[in-house]
Amino acid sequence: MLNQWFPNVRWDKMWEATNETLYMTGISTLATFILGIILGLLLFLTAKGNLWQNYAINKVISAIVNIFRSIPFIILIVLLIPFTKLIFGTMIGENAALPALIIGSAPFYARMVEIGLREIDKGVIEAARSMGAKTSTIIWKVLIPESLPALVSGITVTAISLVSFTAMAGVIGAGGLGNLAYLEGFQRGRFDVTLMATIMVLIIVFIIQFIGDIITNKIDKR
Amino acid sequence: MMISIKNVKKIFSTKQGKVTAVTDVNLEIQEGEIFGVIGYSGAGKSTLIRMLNGLELPTEGSVTVAENQVSHIKGTKLRKARQEISMIFQHFNLLWSRTVRENIAFPLEIAGVPKQKRMQRVDELIQLVGLQGREDSYPSQLSGGQKQRVGIARALANNPKVLLCDEATSALDPQTTDQILELLVDINKRLGLTIVLITHEMHVIRKICHRVAVMEAGKIVEMGSVLEVFKNPQQPITKRFVQQVTEPEETKETIEHLLTEYHSGRVVQLTFIGEGAEKPLITDLIRNFDITINILQGKISQTQNGAYGTLFIHLDGDESEIIKAIDFINTKQVGLEVISNA
Repeated sequence: MLNQWFPNVRWDKMWEATNETLYMTGISTLATFILGIILGLLLFLTAKGNLWQNYAINKVISAIVNIFRSIPFIILIVLLIPFTKLIFGTMIGENAALPALIIGSAPFYARMVEIGLREIDKGVIEAARSMGAKTSTIIWKVLIPESLPALVSGITVTAISLVSFTAMAGVIGAGGLGNLAYLEGFQRGRFDVTLMATIMVLIIVFIIQFIGDIITNKIDKR
Repeated sequence: MMISIKNVKKIFSTKQGKVTAVTDVNLEIQEGEIFGVIGYSGAGKSTLIRMLNGLELPTEGSVTVAENQVSHIKGTKLRKARQEISMIFQHFNLLWSRTVRENIAFPLEIAGVPKQKRMQRVDELIQLVGLQGREDSYPSQLSGGQKQRVGIARALANNPKVLLCDEATSALDPQTTDQILELLVDINKRLGLTIVLITHEMHVIRKICHRVAVMEAGKIVEMGSVLEVFKNPQQPITKRFVQQVTEPEETKETIEHLLTEYHSGRVVQLTFIGEGAEKPLITDLIRNFDITINILQGKISQTQNGAYGTLFIHLDGDESEIIKAIDFINTKQVGLEVISNA
């Protein structure tokens, strides 16, 4: 029946494209998670009244984050072409999309991390200091665990926007469902291929949201 | 001396200019003492207690706690010192992401205690503060009193020498407040722990403190044993705090009402301290003088240094007899204040 409704869809290609999308989303989400937390922590810790209070560093990081957050993704890919070529030697394929994906979403996630950290009760940090905790202990045992639900729901939103970023990157040649929908579907006038690629993207998004919600609910003991 | 504060001054620089939070404070606290600091909000008591564990550093002067000069040490030394100077908080400041057991284990993790020992110590502490059966609950599942018990257990984990209580009972209802205060007294007696607490409630001071300092506008304006301060408050602010305990609002209203009722004789307030509270003064008065006595209102409060009572009575009869009776009272160890000549 599926073949009746989607006569032009080649399922092996569809799976391949889905895997490419999952690969790009997965790697870039992971890298964004780590980079975003580091940047978010720096933003938080160097802010006024916090452990590493430093006006200059805070302003510099904040400016970098704001700049990269403001560049439209499609332009960012183009801007990063020389950089990508330098690293991967090419600008075609899934790996070539990763720098743009990570640089495009990490600053966005860093702001979400910062907001999550700011919501931690200041008294709890003070309590840890009063017990003689080092800053590293405060980061690992207070800041991250206490803001974890916000970090997880933030990375869920970011991962979903990364799925649509991979589609855009796909059009430029990174592969994945976006590439398939555009080249095989749109340019050849095969509407069913575009529709099926869209359905696959939707399924991926729903699954990410579902997993994110489950984890957030499980770890939130407030 | 467990705690010694010398010529301490703390100035905060704000956008509106410099604010002096604490000034000219000199204080010594003995080992095993429960010392209270009372003042209204903004009096500087919070800043003062936070200088005892280096959360605030004094602008001038020095603070020494358990042989650590906390006002002048930094880094590892300060962190080590803080393990000997624990603190509990008004809003408990527990980690919501950790269970009761894990919260209590936190300072032990910081001190680098191995896991097995940690678990053993946590079990002891849970017994000590009476939280058996709640070990695996999260803070959100606990009542305010239970949360403060976790806070206390956490504070005691590393066997500190000093416990600082930052308005530790201000967020609790009166009954829970009393339970927590009893726990603190119990810990003080059992472990010989020195306790410094700040509060705006005289009730707390009366119930558990040995000595009290009254703070106003960054200065200690009055200091002494709790019983002394209750018996003989000097400053207007101290008198107001003492009245919180001895003369609740309704007493004042009752007295005012009674004054309009009685047209002869006198209404007197008697204050009994320590042993004086136990002698049969009223019987002596009735037997020796030809007067009638009407007891209007009375109250006895226990402090850590002894009992403290107030009694309002109305004396009626011949003017000469009343004067003789009052002179007789004055020869006893009883404070007397004539509220009115009705």
